[in-house]
Amino acid sequence: MFSDILIRLRALFRRDAVESELDDELRFHFEQQVAKYVQSGVPGEEARRRARLEFGGAEQIREECRDARGVSFFETLAQDVRYGFRMLRRTPGFTAIAVLTLALAIGANTALFSIINGVLLNPLPYPRPEQLVTLHESKPNFNTGSISYPNFLDWQKENHTLSSMAVSRSYSFSLTNLGEAEQIQGQFVTSDFFPILGVKPVMGRSFVRSDDQIGAAPVAMISAGFWKRKLSGEADVVGKSLTLDGKEFTIVGVIPSDFDLKLDSFSAVDVYAPVVQWNNNLLFDRGAGLGFHGIGRLKPDSSLGQARADFAGVTGNLAAAYPEVNKGIGAALIPFKQRMLGDVKPILLVLFCAVGFVLLIACANIANLLLARASGRASEFAVRAALGAGKARLIRQLLTESVLLGILGGALGLLLAGWGTHAALKALPETLPRAGEVGMDLRVLLFTTSIALLAGILFGLAPALKISRTNVHDSLKEGGRGASGARKGAHGVLVVVEMALALVLLIGAGLTLRSLEQLWNVDPGFNPQNVMFFGFSLSPTSLMTSPAAIRAGFRNADGAISATPGVQGVSMSWGAFPMSGDDEWLFWLDGQPKPTTRNEMNWVIDYVVEPDYLKIMGTPLRSGRFFTTQDDENAPKVVVVDEVLAQKYFGKENPIGKRLFLEIGQGDMEAEIVGVAAHVKQWGLDTDDTESLRAQLYFPFMQLPDKVMALAPMGMGAVVRSRGPAPGLFDSIRHSVQQVNSEQVVAGAQTMDEIISSSIASRRFSMILLGSFALLALLLSSLGIYGVVSYLVGQQTREIGIRIALGAQRGDVMRLVLGDGVKMALIGVALGLAAAVGLTRLMTSVLFGVSATDPLTFGGVALLLALVALAAAYIPARRATRVDPLVALRYE
Amino acid sequence: MTEQRIELPQGTLDLLILRTLALGPEHGWAISERIHQVSSKVLQVQQGSLYPALHRLERRGWIKARWGASENNRRAKFYELTASGRKQLEAEKSDWKKLAAAVAQVLETT
Repeated sequence: MFSDILIRLRALFRRDAVESELDDELRFHFEQQVAKYVQSGVPGEEARRRARLEFGGAEQIREECRDARGVSFFETLAQDVRYGFRMLRRTPGFTAIAVLTLALAIGANTALFSIINGVLLNPLPYPRPEQLVTLHESKPNFNTGSISYPNFLDWQKENHTLSSMAVSRSYSFSLTNLGEAEQIQGQFVTSDFFPILGVKPVMGRSFVRSDDQIGAAPVAMISAGFWKRKLSGEADVVGKSLTLDGKEFTIVGVIPSDFDLKLDSFSAVDVYAPVVQWNNNLLFDRGAGLGFHGIGRLKPDSSLGQARADFAGVTGNLAAAYPEVNKGIGAALIPFKQRMLGDVKPILLVLFCAVGFVLLIACANIANLLLARASGRASEFAVRAALGAGKARLIRQLLTESVLLGILGGALGLLLAGWGTHAALKALPETLPRAGEVGMDLRVLLFTTSIALLAGILFGLAPALKISRTNVHDSLKEGGRGASGARKGAHGVLVVVEMALALVLLIGAGLTLRSLEQLWNVDPGFNPQNVMFFGFSLSPTSLMTSPAAIRAGFRNADGAISATPGVQGVSMSWGAFPMSGDDEWLFWLDGQPKPTTRNEMNWVIDYVVEPDYLKIMGTPLRSGRFFTTQDDENAPKVVVVDEVLAQKYFGKENPIGKRLFLEIGQGDMEAEIVGVAAHVKQWGLDTDDTESLRAQLYFPFMQLPDKVMALAPMGMGAVVRSRGPAPGLFDSIRHSVQQVNSEQVVAGAQTMDEIISSSIASRRFSMILLGSFALLALLLSSLGIYGVVSYLVGQQTREIGIRIALGAQRGDVMRLVLGDGVKMALIGVALGLAAAVGLTRLMTSVLFGVSATDPLTFGGVALLLALVALAAAYIPARRATRVDPLVALRYE
Repeated sequence: MTEQRIELPQGTLDLLILRTLALGPEHGWAISERIHQVSSKVLQVQQGSLYPALHRLERRGWIKARWGASENNRRAKFYELTASGRKQLEAEKSDWKKLAAAVAQVLETT
């Protein structure tokens, strides 16, 4: 009905106009009536009096007209809101506590939801992201190993299900033509890489297929950041050249500044160059993974399953064609988002549950406060009910007030969340994939609004229900203090629920804390104190020199670094490095025939290092010896193995003196085992034990074959032990290194402590969050029990007074009051323990070294909570013992 | 106030208002006066019922209101029947006649 809506709307938005029209209409009627009486001979005053009498209550007519117009819903709402605000203003203490509690809880929920929204829910910021996959070689040891370049080229040619694919690999370039020589982060990519992601250059062009051809002119793309920083954002940057590792690259394009991707070996960096520009003679070795991982885009009509089947066929053919290197090698295709997010999903969901619990506890707390307040307002409601307000009307009023609280809390919470998310992400940028995409959006706002409203209704329900059960007559008679039994019940239930929720949270936090503690107690196999790792490159010109000259260059650098004051020892480091980079070699044992395929060879993690390495790292030598400077390019080849390799391949036999064959570069090398070292947690403190590839091998850097040594000048690592903490040490090392040759660069220093803590950063992040939620829960629930016991004491003042007057001892009163609190706390703890047994099982995947039902945690936390509850109940209980019977009985 | 009055049965006020307005646009006071006169001073419509009823009828779309000048040139709110109001009047009129006849029949039958 159109007229209906129009009239309602007009009534709603032009309320004053409608009201004044009604007034005019009624006045006109009144005056007509007066005029009529006057005409019939009644004197003026009498006529007015008679008309007024007849007219009745003008206000009542107005009210009925309003009802007739059907606007009452909105008007009542406006009225209730105004009244609600007045009530909230009248009790500023209550309002402040309620709004703050809610703001904290809703803020935490919003912050976490905005993270979940940004990380898990939002689609990836690429066109048709569901078509994107990552590509890897699946090998006997890894499902997601790196892809050799020749295999990539064949996959690209042979498959029918991807519209395009590309590989990439990180690399450190020495940049020597823009100011002081420096190491910059680069990526080798194939030409389709950026087009697959839909990334378009802000200037110039992307790489094209012809850039992938062997012998193509060296070209590079740069990041917008690098363009601004190093090339001061000049407009004519396309066509300029960069000297990278001594080679001139022409800049062809600039990548937009909002491009940010971290995936496998790829991360958004300063410089990108085509893979064929990599000066690596192993590039076309089909057996060399070289750290390439791929991305691809499914054709619109192919599914992931079809693509996997397709690639199984392609890799099967390659295995048949090149059995010696490709046997047992398949392709792994993984949805982009899944690969990108890794194992962050379970932890975010655990945290989300936790923060939801905090909100529930906050709601229970506020419901308790409201209940107590409703008891205080019982006579107010009784009077209103007596004056004709319906129950529905009163409940509506109460719900309006609580929803109002919810909205206020939600608004403040939104502010807190905006600020808190920002601060948290700034403090922990590395931990979370897609952290840069986290922010407020419509979905977050919608979420906050709904939980604010829901929370308002949830905690408003208890007092509203209570009012609806209140008997007007009794309330008035008792002067606002109803029988306490039923009330105690409602309060008690809320406190029990709060206690149970808080206990579950505390146990969750306790378990993660214990996990972290267990992790810190894990021996990493090295001593991280005073150890620093950094990148090192010789001068690019050494790439053109002989292997002997390269070795000499490294020996000079070693000399310069170890002569730097504060340095105790230095070693170059190539291949794998604990918790930061992995590299594997193949080997077979002496006395066995050389396996005909790589599939039958053994894998080992290789550390290519210098004689001081073991001492610098503080890794214990179990038996035999480590390398000396005599183990050089001219000496017989030697290796040191770790205890895992010794155990796995030699069992009880002594491995020292045994020989093995290594496949390094494209050749085989025979070497003698001269020592056994302790195992190092290469894969991180938590996951190393469960990895399948754990055997480790140390190889003397100077004994690398010439062909491999030719690659070493660029992107080498170095590790240094200092005498005690040395803040300025890295600058001194840079200085000494550049004294030898100004084109030598060091970069990216990290202390070993930093490397370890970043390896468990995500655990720490979740522990800190879970811990803060649990503390918040503990605080709220102890406030809850304190509030309820205080309230009950207030209600029972007269009863306590009588008891004392009748001779009850202080101790009896204390027991009486404390008993209430303790009973609630204990029931809550018991329920919480039961719930925790069920719920903590869900977080097994984020625990380490403790069972999900760790008795120590369960027992300790239960005891802690019970004690806190006892303390919270004790304060009001003590007040109860001080009740003066005279005062209490005179009360009221 | 010596006139004899009868309370209006529920629902009949709407019918009376619609019937009165069928003769032409009228303001509230005039409506109540006319009902008073036409019913030989038996029916007296209270303001407390008249105005809510007018507003209700307006909301249903059976009558519409506009401001105009009264017979003594004062600003007054005039109500007039709409097309659907006219239809409603016919429907209610026949309903009423049936009801009245039925009630009469019940009362006459012994």
